[in-house]
Amino acid sequence: MDYLAPYIPILMLLVIALGFGIVTLALSGLIGPRVITFTKLLPYECGNVPTGEANVRIPIKFYLVALLFLLFDMETVLILAWAIAFRDPTIPNFQPYAFLAMVFFLLILVVGFIYEWRKGALEWT
Amino acid sequence: MTLTLTPFAIEMLLRLVLILVIFHVLLIIVPFMVLWERKLLGFIQERPGPNRVGPWGILQTIVDGLKLFLKEDIRPASVDRTLHTLAPLMTVAPAILVLAIVPFADPVRITLDGGEFSLLGLTIQVAPVVLDLPIGITSLEVGILYYLAITGLAVYGIVLAGWASNSKYSLLGGIRSSAQMLSYEIALGLSLVGVLLIAGTFDLRAIIEQQDGGFWNWHVWKQPVGFLLFMVAGFAETNRLPFDLPEGESELGAGFHTEFSSMKFAMFFMAEYMNMFTFSAVLATLFLGGYTGPIASPFAELGWLNVAWGVFWLMAKIFLIVSFMIFIRGTLPRFRYDQLMDLGWKVMFPLALANMVLTAGVVAVFPPGNRWVTREEIIGQPSTVGLTLGLLVVGVAQIIIMDMILNARKRRLLANAR
Repeated sequence: MDYLAPYIPILMLLVIALGFGIVTLALSGLIGPRVITFTKLLPYECGNVPTGEANVRIPIKFYLVALLFLLFDMETVLILAWAIAFRDPTIPNFQPYAFLAMVFFLLILVVGFIYEWRKGALEWT
Repeated sequence: MTLTLTPFAIEMLLRLVLILVIFHVLLIIVPFMVLWERKLLGFIQERPGPNRVGPWGILQTIVDGLKLFLKEDIRPASVDRTLHTLAPLMTVAPAILVLAIVPFADPVRITLDGGEFSLLGLTIQVAPVVLDLPIGITSLEVGILYYLAITGLAVYGIVLAGWASNSKYSLLGGIRSSAQMLSYEIALGLSLVGVLLIAGTFDLRAIIEQQDGGFWNWHVWKQPVGFLLFMVAGFAETNRLPFDLPEGESELGAGFHTEFSSMKFAMFFMAEYMNMFTFSAVLATLFLGGYTGPIASPFAELGWLNVAWGVFWLMAKIFLIVSFMIFIRGTLPRFRYDQLMDLGWKVMFPLALANMVLTAGVVAVFPPGNRWVTREEIIGQPSTVGLTLGLLVVGVAQIIIMDMILNARKRRLLANAR
């Protein structure tokens, strides 16, 4: 219970935040006028009549960014844990060891990063 | 019927009161942030800004909010109904939730004698309690992880808004913002590693305590590059100019919230300013000493005056950072999309990695103790000098290399043209 106690206020805040959002949205929906015309129901394109589907094809680049994000975010998670453990005073001579370990890990990572850079995965033009 | 309030229940009740106070203060601050932004932009552009509603235009944004509340909620025929309603909620909820880890002031001691009273025919027994209530919503041991996790959730609201609208502008805005926020999230996470290496903890309150004792103890002096990277990444995460491509009003209508009107639009708007507020609070906490002032508090510990002192300094820092963000908006033009991605992946990410390795090296050789240090010690410390010099060298080298790489193609083309 002690371990989970700090999360109870977050739960309260979540309930308050969602409650605030839902209540204001609902109230505003009830109070506001509702006059439906044909042009209002069209998607907004600065006054032009929309042509074609809105779900257009998206450049593959964006997919690549998502993939790269997954890769490097994993690594960020590992590094964050490493950063906290780095100052651990209970293990003698731990820091040089931890430092070298991370440098080797980063070397492998940077090789991958340089590869994708040279492959042009980061180019947008 | 009798109800007994245990010390735990009393603490939770007090926290609930505190949450309600902080939440409402946030709701009140948002309109004034908008007003301040419009005033400051007006000052930059040599015009008065809002000055009609109330003295100094002070009621303008409140009336705007009221107007939005009373407006028609237009829902175009082609939208996905569920997601269209859900998206504003999913944007505003993380914006509020991030605030949970921000410590606002030192704890205050609350003493209850205990006793009995009756309310609506219910007898309530209160246990005698002495507790130190930290001013803030909660204090997590993993505060920074929580911050990174919840800011990551903000992407969903924006992407879903873009997708659910079924409009070309919205979709483009949503896709753009997802790529932008994902790219800068990596730099955001890595730029914090330097501070974490020095602090050795995820707990924001502990990080503030390490910075207590004055101006020269702030982490910004030990982590100048980390500070800069975190700030730039934070600008991108909150979708502020010069990173406001998801909105890009000159090219995309209003970006991902083109199809939202009335209170749904107001939700996105509020979320942006709430994100600005919490980001400023976290930046102040991690790098600028949080609620500790540049001079030591003259008030007694665990008292309400001490709390007021802390809240005052945190708010002053938040005010300065928010004003800086507005100033940037009035000064810099928007990035082009390829420039944005280049900055995120080719400059910020390698710089954050270099900063991290260098900090780790310095910490490994000269482990700093978590204690108060004087100004002379900070300036004279080999770790500080080495770190600053090393980072300067790395930074300059980085910029030169980046320039060579980024402009190589342009130079080749120019040479060919000649």
